[in-house]
Amino acid sequence: MNILVCISHVPDTTTRITFEPNGKSLNKAGVTFVINPYDEFGLSKAMEFKEKSNDVHISVICVGDIETEPTLRKALAIGADDAFRIDTQPLDSFSVATLIAEWAKNKSFDLIFTGKESIDENSGAVPGMLAELLGFSFISYATKLDVNGKSVIAYREIDNGMEILEAQLPLLVSCQKGIAEWRIPNMRGIMAARSKPLTVINALQVENRVNTLNFKQPEGKTGCVYYSSDNPEELISVLSTKGII
Amino acid sequence: MSVLVYAELDSGRFKKATLEACSYGVALATMRNSDVAAIVIGECHESELLQIVECGISKVFRVLDSHLETFTTTKYISVIQSIVRENGFNTLITSQSYNSKSITPGLSIRLKSAFISGVVGLPRIEDGKEIYQRMAFSGKGVEEVIALLSDIVISVKTNSFGVNKNKTGELNVIPFNFSLSDDVNDIVPKEIIKTSSTISLTDAEKVVSGGRGLKGPENWGMIEELAGLLGAATACSKPVADVEWRPHHEHVGQTGIQISPDLYIAIGISGAIQHLAGVNSSKVIVVINKDSEAPFFKSADYGIVGDAFEVVPKLINAVKKMKNSL
Ligand SMILES: Cc1cc2nc3c(=O)[nH]c(=O)nc-3n(C[C@H](O)[C@H](O)[C@H](O)COP(=O)(O)OP(=O)(O)OC[C@H]3O[C@@H](n4cnc5c(N)ncnc54)[C@H](O)[C@@H]3O)c2cc1C
Repeated sequence: MNILVCISHVPDTTTRITFEPNGKSLNKAGVTFVINPYDEFGLSKAMEFKEKSNDVHISVICVGDIETEPTLRKALAIGADDAFRIDTQPLDSFSVATLIAEWAKNKSFDLIFTGKESIDENSGAVPGMLAELLGFSFISYATKLDVNGKSVIAYREIDNGMEILEAQLPLLVSCQKGIAEWRIPNMRGIMAARSKPLTVINALQVENRVNTLNFKQPEGKTGCVYYSSDNPEELISVLSTKGII
Repeated sequence: MSVLVYAELDSGRFKKATLEACSYGVALATMRNSDVAAIVIGECHESELLQIVECGISKVFRVLDSHLETFTTTKYISVIQSIVRENGFNTLITSQSYNSKSITPGLSIRLKSAFISGVVGLPRIEDGKEIYQRMAFSGKGVEEVIALLSDIVISVKTNSFGVNKNKTGELNVIPFNFSLSDDVNDIVPKEIIKTSSTISLTDAEKVVSGGRGLKGPENWGMIEELAGLLGAATACSKPVADVEWRPHHEHVGQTGIQISPDLYIAIGISGAIQHLAGVNSSKVIVVINKDSEAPFFKSADYGIVGDAFEVVPKLINAVKKMKNSL
């Protein structure tokens, strides 16, 4: 089985997000970058398959500049066999999906994993776009996945519940919590990752469809109004007067 | 610049998020001085359609086809694509339900459109261009974007715009016949398992949430009671779901569900940055924590420093008293 995991390089979840003074981009000073946590669910799931069979090859791919290489090395340390970096600054979801699709289209992947969204842009757009561009069947928001030969049984999250689906490989799956447990790379993995192939691919010219003009920090709360624990009735009457409850 | 809203049915009903998308579509069309219509796929009662009319949409494309009784991305993308194309709409609006979020990116490819996900509010106009706002960095940033194509697909962030059902009009249903070939190589839906909770977390206007401070699953009775009295859904922090004190579908935060209710009450939750990422767009946040230094208070509108086991029963009594006096 030939698996591709799409990796987005994002600020660590504990990052205090600030922007450059011109608002054009994230202020990267002191920020640690990691594998997008939802993509890491996909990579962990791929590793489960790899541990059960000798016949599983895992490639990881990221659209990004040289700064993203440590993140790809971490994916190799977790256990991917090879890594690819499409060498350009991602502009929007469409350009990212198009670049990956163009690269992946003739490579006969059986399974492509993405996260349900990346925690920087939160658009959740790349998986659905990539499936459409490649003509792959698509399972979104997967919380469980079993593969038996070419047959697949998956669970996906829906509003107020869960849906059970049957499908056939090849397939694109967007992952969320539940599908697998994250893994911590061990020393052997980290050593091995140094010598695994990381191939840089020249980016095709793709025009973006959405332009980011600026970012700003959301207006914070103006301050917390405290009520006494002896008298929480007061809070209830305030919420009620304001029409909140 | 005419607008089509995908008015998604959920078991024959429109959810609040769908009516919100309709209200958004109407407001956008009014701003642009253009037409607006909706597409409804599947069976529902006529009175349900009148809700769309109250939101300001009279023209409804109605698709009834046995192939479409169950949702799959491929089928729904194809139907919506046909309606948009055959009728020359150039803006498609949806909610952010799981199913809508699963089809919008693919639709934007089919429709050669720009895709803007999770807008908050109507665009502002600058130099004749529509500038949309959306949340990024898990609620820690606000992003302004423009579409570089004239055709766009937009999803509206849940509970960011509101429902405006104050319009009147005459319902005009246009049946749309769509023939789908039987052999579409697709995914086969087998079964849907609904969670037992009556109010779905993503739609809930009010949420009562508990964290590790509640000590154990046996103490959730008071959380459920308070939620029941307020008509709220229940939620929890990640460690609570990890140790299975509560089901996983209640886990909110960076790695769980992201919600934006009108009211979020956090009880015994410290307010870690990953937790906040899932709830920071709630309109009003109430925090109950025995530690006055808990970081959550910095993001709260109202706070009570105290022991949940004393405070929550008092809150329950206060709500009961308030209800009785109404
Ligand atoms: C990559 C990553 C992703 C994560 N994603 C998420 C996520 O999606 N959602 C999430 O919630 N967390 C997430 N976390 C975990 C997060 O960092 C915190 O560990 C977690 O939110 C803490 O949960 P808690 O507030 O319930 O528990 P604690 O941090 O243990 O806090 C318990 C709180 O209860 C208070 N308390 C104790 N007893 C009482 C009492 N009797 N009355 C009142 N208050 C009391 C304490 O003062 C304390 O503030 C993530 C972490 C990582 C590394």
